[in-house]
Amino acid sequence: MGMTIAEKILAKKGGLKKVSPGDLVTVAVDTVILFDNNFMTNRWREVLKINDPDSIIVVFDHRVPAATQASATAHGIGREFVKRFGIKRFHDVGYSQGIAHQLVADHGYGLPGSVLLCSDSHTCSGGVFNCIARGVGQPDIVYAACKNETWFRVGETVRYELVGKLPRAVTAKDAFLQIAGEHGDHATMNVEFGGAGMQSLSINARKTLTTMAAELSAEFATFEPDDVMLEWVRARNAAPFEPVFADADAHYAAVRKVNLGALEPLVAYPDSVVNNSRPVGDAVGTKIDQAFIGSCANGTLDDLELAASILDGRRVASHVRLIITPASQTVYREALKSGVISTLIEAGAVVTPATCGACGGGHLGVLGPNETCITATTRNFKGRMGDPSAKIYMGSPATVAASAVTGTITDPREFLN
Amino acid sequence: MKFQSRVWKFGENINTDLILPIQAFYLTPAEQAPWVFRANRPGWSEQVKPGDILVAGRNFGMGSSRPAARSLKNLGLSCLVAHSINGLFFRNCVNFAFPAIECADVFDAFEEGDVAEVDFDAATVKNITRGAALEAVALPPKLLGLLKAGGIYSLLEKEGMIGPKTAASG
Repeated sequence: MGMTIAEKILAKKGGLKKVSPGDLVTVAVDTVILFDNNFMTNRWREVLKINDPDSIIVVFDHRVPAATQASATAHGIGREFVKRFGIKRFHDVGYSQGIAHQLVADHGYGLPGSVLLCSDSHTCSGGVFNCIARGVGQPDIVYAACKNETWFRVGETVRYELVGKLPRAVTAKDAFLQIAGEHGDHATMNVEFGGAGMQSLSINARKTLTTMAAELSAEFATFEPDDVMLEWVRARNAAPFEPVFADADAHYAAVRKVNLGALEPLVAYPDSVVNNSRPVGDAVGTKIDQAFIGSCANGTLDDLELAASILDGRRVASHVRLIITPASQTVYREALKSGVISTLIEAGAVVTPATCGACGGGHLGVLGPNETCITATTRNFKGRMGDPSAKIYMGSPATVAASAVTGTITDPREFLN
Repeated sequence: MKFQSRVWKFGENINTDLILPIQAFYLTPAEQAPWVFRANRPGWSEQVKPGDILVAGRNFGMGSSRPAARSLKNLGLSCLVAHSINGLFFRNCVNFAFPAIECADVFDAFEEGDVAEVDFDAATVKNITRGAALEAVALPPKLLGLLKAGGIYSLLEKEGMIGPKTAASG
């Protein structure tokens, strides 16, 4: 019996010929990403020795520029860490600022066939580049920084075969919401994406799927390699790598076909991402106070362009705050050059610097009591973005932009057909 | 490693934002503990007695990497038994030395207030109140050892890789 992509990388990095579901394996870690929250005084334990400074990347993303004195203190501790160990890949507030998982894409940090850890749950985002990328806890990330090693439980794998092409105004976010609504959580399991339909999806769109796999509680989410992805990585990182395909006789817990062409815009209703998707039509007319586009799931240039295509020549409804947070300053600069930012701002959107921001309720768009928000981000848990009485609907950037214009949850196909 | 105490029951897909809400983010670990489940079960954290056991359904601890397992430990709970435990949350349980084990039938086998006995070495869960015995999923020896040793920080501290605890880090 052969192995899936995740199993093959785990075996290789664990120095084993074969791994199977149920095994516990110790593997070498190629890349370790620390971010600003790691350095908060209520979490940080001073690190005295590290194994390989060149394997470490430090990113300030959750609260940048500093949202509070506590986050400013954390940034200071982070800068000291960078200096002490001579970390070369450091993304401080400024030119190279961005959300860690977007920087992995911008800079080709996630090499195919490698192991990448970060203590943010959406680290699985990097699986778009055919690597084993996983969100772990703070103690895990400290351990990995000290030793370049970690443990994983090997889980079963579910494969999603993508076929066809998304209709206009339907996005990878809707494809995710379809999967999350139909199949619920994938706890203890890996998710593998492949199939001819992936060719119709940009790297940014694929990244939405791998990022959102965190909400399926997947262990790893990996795409099979193709030329588009390999060229993306080679253009950004000169380091050598070996892409990994699943064996032809790999064992899957399930193989499920996703017909992209048959999808429609969906929204997740408040308080849960999984088992909670409905056609946007069900929510149409729900009055909103805030609309938000951003995060590691939906802060790419594709997402901003899609929002701009709806907002071009229109205005955000007078009672709505539309907040747009590019996922990195690189994305922000590209959107600035192409005129997208101008379109968004002319429509009345507030464009913030690149940060996790309001997605985690940290800053730049926190919700008040009894407010309703529609968001194209990662999570809609109760209290996630601020007051626990706020209601958070989740949809695609197209659905969010269309809703911002009308002031109520709206089917984006009204604007994009 | 064995625990016996009364049980509190929570349902499926209990997420980290309920265990460690954003409002408590900047507080010290000790100050964060009373915030557990404040949004979905106000007043509950004050009723927890040292040693109490948490029983839950599918995918406990879904969500973020925040040190939510540490809050359950600091609240005084002795351990968690759930139908299944989110992978990232489970890592935090082991690493922060908060014992957690999966047991497929646990949710239906307990009413809140029943007394449970959870044996991590034997991987068994007993309902002392009702006389039921269940099998749990044994932790791999390496992870059980890590739990008993006090988690990853104890290990790294002994090896001289990290500095001592501070008042703020708890």
